[in-house]
Amino acid sequence: MNSSSLVLMAAGALLLALTGPSAAEDDSGTPPNNNHAPEIARQSWSFTPPFGTYDNAQLQRGFQVYKEVCANCHSMRLLSYRNLGEPGGPEFAPKAVEVLASQVQVTDGPNEKGEMFQRPARPSDRFRSPFANEQLARLANNGALPPDLSVIAKARPGGADYIYALLTGYRPAPQGFAPAEGMHYNAAFPGHQIAMAPPLSDGVVVYTDGTKPIVGNYARDVSAFLMWAAEPKLEERYTLGARVMIFLIVFLAIMYLAKRAVWARVHHGNEALHLETARAVPAQDEKATR
Amino acid sequence: MAHPSSYQPNTGIERWLDARLPIVRVVHDQFMVFPTPRNLNYWWTFGGILTFMLAVQIATGVVLAMHFVPTESGAFDSVEKIMRDVNWGWLLRYAHSVGASMFFLAVYIHTFRGLYYGSYKAPREVLWILGVLILMLMIATAFMGYSLPWGQMSFWAVTVITNLFSSLDAVIPGLGTRLVQWIWGGFAVGGPTLNRLYSLHYLFPFLIAGVVALHIWALHIPGNNNPTGIDVKVPTDTVPFHPYYTIKDGFALVAFILVFAALVFYAPNFLGHPDNYIPANPLQTPTHIVPEWYFLPFYAILRAIPNKLLGVAALNGSILILFFVPWLDTSKVRSTRYRPVYRWFFWAFVVTCVALGYLGAQQPEGWYLVLGRIFTAYYFAFFLVVMPVVGLIEKPRGLPGSITEPVLGPEAVRAAPATPRRLKPEQVG
Repeated sequence: MNSSSLVLMAAGALLLALTGPSAAEDDSGTPPNNNHAPEIARQSWSFTPPFGTYDNAQLQRGFQVYKEVCANCHSMRLLSYRNLGEPGGPEFAPKAVEVLASQVQVTDGPNEKGEMFQRPARPSDRFRSPFANEQLARLANNGALPPDLSVIAKARPGGADYIYALLTGYRPAPQGFAPAEGMHYNAAFPGHQIAMAPPLSDGVVVYTDGTKPIVGNYARDVSAFLMWAAEPKLEERYTLGARVMIFLIVFLAIMYLAKRAVWARVHHGNEALHLETARAVPAQDEKATR
Repeated sequence: MAHPSSYQPNTGIERWLDARLPIVRVVHDQFMVFPTPRNLNYWWTFGGILTFMLAVQIATGVVLAMHFVPTESGAFDSVEKIMRDVNWGWLLRYAHSVGASMFFLAVYIHTFRGLYYGSYKAPREVLWILGVLILMLMIATAFMGYSLPWGQMSFWAVTVITNLFSSLDAVIPGLGTRLVQWIWGGFAVGGPTLNRLYSLHYLFPFLIAGVVALHIWALHIPGNNNPTGIDVKVPTDTVPFHPYYTIKDGFALVAFILVFAALVFYAPNFLGHPDNYIPANPLQTPTHIVPEWYFLPFYAILRAIPNKLLGVAALNGSILILFFVPWLDTSKVRSTRYRPVYRWFFWAFVVTCVALGYLGAQQPEGWYLVLGRIFTAYYFAFFLVVMPVVGLIEKPRGLPGSITEPVLGPEAVRAAPATPRRLKPEQVG
């Protein structure tokens, strides 16, 4: 039908319009004075929809990079050590989680004497933040505040791709671009001036599983780890999603056939329908005969 | 209501209940045998879809509310707690946030369908007005709901939108400022603001449910409009609502849920903004404040007008004008299918709304601003000029004699055992 195909096109256009805001995000973080677009290349990840999963070994390496490098400045206040052992994540063994937690001293209390005290962390504790408060964090970082990394992979356009691009995006500033005092040139960062000094260098983290200890691998592993930190239920979501989709497709097929069967009464042969409508809208004479 | 009741209580208990509360009779008459035009297409299935979406939003929302902490320091973290530690919390929250988008997608299609087929014309003006009221309540509810995660976009959206009221200072100096502070519950957007937005966000869906009940009631008095826009004349023009439309609406609903589920499970943040995963910070303005996609056309209209007060007036007017559509449209026929001139203007209006949505996501500068003004002008011209003028000068195409005629041919209508009481001798159009 002519009009309905037009309407379909309009619906398609509407759907296209839905992508508008997210498509526009790419340059939303870019100040107008910036003359180089941020370079964020798409990477291939193990967790892409619809059937992806996290690579446990990669997340464990990523956690190691976080613990040994990022955690010196960046908090992850929404995560607990127990999360490291939960299904669909790095899946450290329960014993390993306890050991990882106990390596960290956290403040607890007050005790019965009314005093705060230090104790080794338990799996139920939140990740310890490197700074007690924002002011201390700024003081230690030349006035810049290292953002919390708990949901960073969802809080930046590009997600894990962006984090990878940022961590591998440090280069010498191009001709004519002079970063401000204490700032560093980064190809991926909006505006290209970032306060964070290049955090990774080859060999800075010692991998024990034979993965090459180079910046590219560190960046990839820690980006995957941060994606998991932001979306710890991603695997569960995909798994349930597949079941729901299969159910819905079968249900849709059944509904389609049922709809066809019911409407066949209207489309072919009118008699059955007349009977029904006559019942639905009783006329004067029919009432009399009843 | 509109048709004589055909309910027959067969057992003693049914007769007993029927004499006291005829609820079974109402369900039977209004939802089982309710005579529904036989030619409704799939654009008519969105009413049922919307009812379902309202139920989804209320059901998921009630559970989310059990875990949400409406304070400045607690809101963001409690949402993350729902995502991480509450059983099925991630599903509830993503279904609720994607659900809001799906709700708006459906309501916009439903509204455009009503506009296209002239469903607002007599005798369905009250039905239409109630629908516009639902749309306004939905806009308010969605806006308040978006504030609750208390991310950067939440906070700044609340700041921008509540500040719109300060434009009233141009009318009575001091009035706008007073009003804004009253809304905020302080001198800036903060904890009290969040708390009251939460309270109202919980209240409004039930107001919507109430108006939906009135909307359905108002629908069941004249009955459904249909793609031809002509009235039901003989019983064969209709089929009983059940099973014909329960099954058709059900099929469409499952197809709709399929899209909904694909977004929830595979791209739950696709329609959201990454900045809302940054906790609200009153000291740092995001580079680019944008509302959710479903508000972008209105945002474009707001920013197209250089004067703040007039911009706010245009923003409100763009929705309020819908209330007057039944009287702005002067056409003799309902369905755009039979309106050769108006249909071009109608599709231009659809394109305008989509274009405004695109422009709402862009910076209001250069060509974007120029285009925004052109499309804003057409948005209002469609209602204020096209609807009254085209209806007067246009010669509609010939209408079919009845709803059944284009389906089965004129013989079928003549052969039908039509009851003389229902058959009108004169044919409209």
